[in-house]
Amino acid sequence: MEPVSLPALSRVALCGGTHGNEMSGVYLVRELQRQKLEKAGSATLTTVISNPRAVQVCKRYTDTDLNRCFTDAILSSPVTDATPYEVRRAQELNTLLGPKGNVGAMDLLCDLHNTTANMGLSLISYSVQDWVIMHIYRQIQRKITSAPVRFIVLDLPLADAYSQDSLGKHGFSIEVGPQPHGVVRADIFNIMKEAVDQTLDWVQCFNSGCAFEGGEVDNVYTFVKSVYYPRDPETNQIAAAIHPQLQDRDFCLLHPGDPMFLMFSGEILKYEGEEVLHPFFVNECAYYEKSIAFHLARKMTVTIPPLQVKRD
Amino acid sequence: MTSSTNVSCFHEARRVAIFGGTHGNEMSGVTLVNLWIQNGKEIQRKGVETKPFITNPRAVEKCTRYVDTDLNRAFTTENLSAPSGDDLPYEVQRAQQINEIFGPKGSPEAYDVIFDLHNTTSNMGCTLILESSKDYFNLQMMHYIKNAIAPDSCPVLLTEHPLLKYSTSRSVAKHPIGLEVGPQPQGVLRSNIFESMRVVLKHALDFIELFNKGLEFPPCTVDVFRVSEKMDYPRDTNGNIIAMVHPNLQDCDWEPLNPGDPMFQTFDGTTIRYEGAGTVYPTFINEAAYYEKQQAFVTTRRETLAAGAIKKT
Repeated sequence: MEPVSLPALSRVALCGGTHGNEMSGVYLVRELQRQKLEKAGSATLTTVISNPRAVQVCKRYTDTDLNRCFTDAILSSPVTDATPYEVRRAQELNTLLGPKGNVGAMDLLCDLHNTTANMGLSLISYSVQDWVIMHIYRQIQRKITSAPVRFIVLDLPLADAYSQDSLGKHGFSIEVGPQPHGVVRADIFNIMKEAVDQTLDWVQCFNSGCAFEGGEVDNVYTFVKSVYYPRDPETNQIAAAIHPQLQDRDFCLLHPGDPMFLMFSGEILKYEGEEVLHPFFVNECAYYEKSIAFHLARKMTVTIPPLQVKRD
Repeated sequence: MTSSTNVSCFHEARRVAIFGGTHGNEMSGVTLVNLWIQNGKEIQRKGVETKPFITNPRAVEKCTRYVDTDLNRAFTTENLSAPSGDDLPYEVQRAQQINEIFGPKGSPEAYDVIFDLHNTTSNMGCTLILESSKDYFNLQMMHYIKNAIAPDSCPVLLTEHPLLKYSTSRSVAKHPIGLEVGPQPQGVLRSNIFESMRVVLKHALDFIELFNKGLEFPPCTVDVFRVSEKMDYPRDTNGNIIAMVHPNLQDCDWEPLNPGDPMFQTFDGTTIRYEGAGTVYPTFINEAAYYEKQQAFVTTRRETLAAGAIKKT
């Protein structure tokens, strides 16, 4: 592939508490603020607690999920008395860190999350052709040994991109699990801290002119579809738990015929798709209200070009 | 065969309740009780009326621990004897209702046995919670359950303590038993956790059935962990937590913590060590709900309790 040169990343943002009960990001942002960390080499570093009201009550959100409020449509919707808190906050964050799609936006935005699913360290973004993000992923994957490292891509155009990281010119989420919501585990915190350190390290190297060689990155997963909990037709209650053979086995292979759910009656529901896929976000607490048991992904490898900062 | 030892006689355990949803986001109990309300065949035993009951339906609906105040701390004498009214916190009103149905607490009309189903984010396995060291009926039941599930273990936490004991929903019964199963995140249902709770309850109900049939249970001993001291997170002058449970202590419920062992780790990596006088056995390590109660873990001391022989009157 032809080498690529991209503009320096002079403004970096790190966000925690986008979901108020995902504690690693909350404590990491607070710790960086306590240390008064405001620069990463030549870049400025802005740290933000995205949803302070939700953090205050240690809940995912107060009115509506903040991390679904960053579509173009919601960001430009008129504000009335009935506007939910998180929609107003999203528009504030868009002013602070964006505007989304605009030259004034943060060069790099990294949003910190936890999951109850056994996903290790996952980077989540909307494209596998953002070379800044792909090179950061490669560095994290090479340097971090305390957890498996993977990349998840959601195939959506920028206008429909709904999460906070889409405000930055380059944006991604760092998702670390498993951790119960409302809890901070030292091992999980330390993994997230390592990932943030590697990210800021890469940014400094990039800005100072390092040449990053091209190559292949693997463990890249593309979202295909969601699988929903079976419900009792009479009561509409969820009628099964994730099967013990699928529980905690995020990113393993799910073959046609493999068990998915163990009904409370004892019956086993099996995967009946035709394609062998990889489950992730298996038994994520926050997805029960959407009835989502897990997502399925296709695994791929991506070729990335050599990358260097653009010299003026 | 005459017995020269004392045998404690108890009335048949005819009225038994199984409480789920005392904390609305502890899903195993909520799910099991809802299942049994629909179809109670699994919990039926001859001669026993077993009533499954959702104690905090509003919290269950919102999938939250509580609405106004923790129901599992609300069964104080003061709350139960307060004049009823809509201005009382929801859970206090609920405690009064539960006391009417299953109590009154301390009276002969109270339910014989109440099992209260809980989950914890701590790695406590299948823990049984005992409120009184002198309740031979409960001790014999716990002895029976421990034997039945061996080689799997079932630690017993004794909460009898002048300051640390709290007024639980199950305390309206003559024989209250807490089941605390973890680790499980709040709001999540894990199949293995759900099934272990189900199995423990099955053995508990089997014990009651055997007891009611007239079986005499000989004297026994039960190893327990008696609650000792509540340990808070290190905090700054504003009350913010400045350290996390140390990786060496995390998930090590029921294992010895010796003086000098790592206990907390600050966010910038410094280790804070345990400085108590002797070895303790921590539990409820990093329970989500206890951050607001200023508890990172609770220490316990090992003890062996003796229970005399029991049989029905």
